[in-house]
Amino acid sequence: MSKLLSWKDLSAPIIAEAGNSVLYKTGGWRALKPVLDQSKCIRCLLCWFYCPEPAIKRREDDSVEIDYDYCKGCGICANECPVKAIAMVEEGVG
Amino acid sequence: MAVALQLKGQRRVGMTGDEAVAYAVKQADVDVVAAYPITPQTIIVERIADYVHDGELKASYVAVESEHSALSACVGASLAGARVFTATSSQGLALMWEIMWIASAMRTTIVMALANRALSAPINIHCSHDDAYAVRDAGWIQFFAENVQEAYDLTLMAFRVSEDKRVLFPSIVNLDGFILSHALEPLYVLEDDVVREFLPPKEPVNPIDPERPMTYGPLALFDYYFEFKKAQAEAFKSVYPVILEVFREYEKYSGRKYEPVKAYGVEDADVAVLILGSSAGTARYVARRLRSKGEKVGVVSLTLYRPFPASDLVAKLKGVKALVVMDRSYSFGSPGAQLFMDVAAAFANESERPLLINAIYGLGGRDLLPEHVEEAFRKAQEAARAGKVEERELWLGVR
Ligand code: SF4
Ligand code: SF4
Repeated sequence: MSKLLSWKDLSAPIIAEAGNSVLYKTGGWRALKPVLDQSKCIRCLLCWFYCPEPAIKRREDDSVEIDYDYCKGCGICANECPVKAIAMVEEGVG
Repeated sequence: MAVALQLKGQRRVGMTGDEAVAYAVKQADVDVVAAYPITPQTIIVERIADYVHDGELKASYVAVESEHSALSACVGASLAGARVFTATSSQGLALMWEIMWIASAMRTTIVMALANRALSAPINIHCSHDDAYAVRDAGWIQFFAENVQEAYDLTLMAFRVSEDKRVLFPSIVNLDGFILSHALEPLYVLEDDVVREFLPPKEPVNPIDPERPMTYGPLALFDYYFEFKKAQAEAFKSVYPVILEVFREYEKYSGRKYEPVKAYGVEDADVAVLILGSSAGTARYVARRLRSKGEKVGVVSLTLYRPFPASDLVAKLKGVKALVVMDRSYSFGSPGAQLFMDVAAAFANESERPLLINAIYGLGGRDLLPEHVEEAFRKAQEAARAGKVEERELWLGVR
């Protein structure tokens, strides 16, 4: 988000305009990063189904991609993937 | 309400503290009541349930499964724009504790009657101020009634204060369990149309509206939580002048004068006691007796406990050499019981201040007798003479 407001700009903790939670990029919380190997993926969509964010995007052809803006690195997708197509690597390394 | 006589456009009636609060709530024309019964508050919500059932009050009465749910329902209703009331005591308030902080930070305007009762264990249903003290930091305005009349008046005023757009904080009206909640006393009640004029319908600020969706109470971490708390702290500081204004306004309608700090005999007093709630009358009775013998003693009591009227209290106690702060509760391991700590903090940077003694009294509904108050005055007089306090903590009347 842009400039941080002072307490003087705040009153009750209300967000008066709807639909702006997307502005909060929770991907910054990640310590481990899921890396998807498309060559192993069998398009079963289990990762898409299980991701709690949801930060796995389903494409037209049922292939998947990871949205790193919101992926918190919980590792559920890697755990659920039946063919081990997702590896969790340290953030900033892989 | 059997005997009613006309006087100055007000009716003189007989009611218990609980009935008087319920009557004020009916006259305030609340929209939503969510409550769970607990002694000694139960009669309040029972009477309100009667009013709703009999069609005398058009409100939705939400019978919930616990106090936690009661206050949660109140928060939602208040944010939706309703005028909201609840009542509880002791363990019930303890169960509400989590939501107490949310109700304040979300700037709801809930009014709660708290029929003060000791916290367990051992189980007790009678008066201590444990419950009120336990939520002193939660951001609620707190009034203390001394008698049934005040319980009625303060309930009406609490709605007006809480809903004022310069305030928007919830209020508690404390009334001593059984001593006031169940005592039948004469009081004057306003006519319904007078109440309507004093207390027009609530004008909600940012109410919940499906046409205009908003997020209430979102996540705010290290980046914003601090600023929200500072904003809340500053907003709470603007409450005090509005309370003074509402007290003056109410006097115009009722002829009854309210002040945050009530003082008796302190102008020339050497020693004084400070007390909350129904026992103030006993303290003044003893002071009157001693003053008639020429002893310079005084009594101060607080109608307003939060925000704490620190500078008013300091000003009124000017010249007092020793003060006994009377606490109907105890704070284990702390350097003084709850009211004592407030008073010590209020005097912290004053060059001229009284010696302070802390008297614990009346726990679990034990009567405060005139001789207990006299003992407090004697200890204060000894301290004033000696220029120091020998025994800082007294337990008045304990075996
Ligand atoms: S690591 Fe967690 S948040 Fe990220 S894509 Fe996988 S399941 Fe979703
Ligand atoms: S769970 Fe594994 S195989 Fe299935 S879609 Fe996701 S990455 Fe591909």
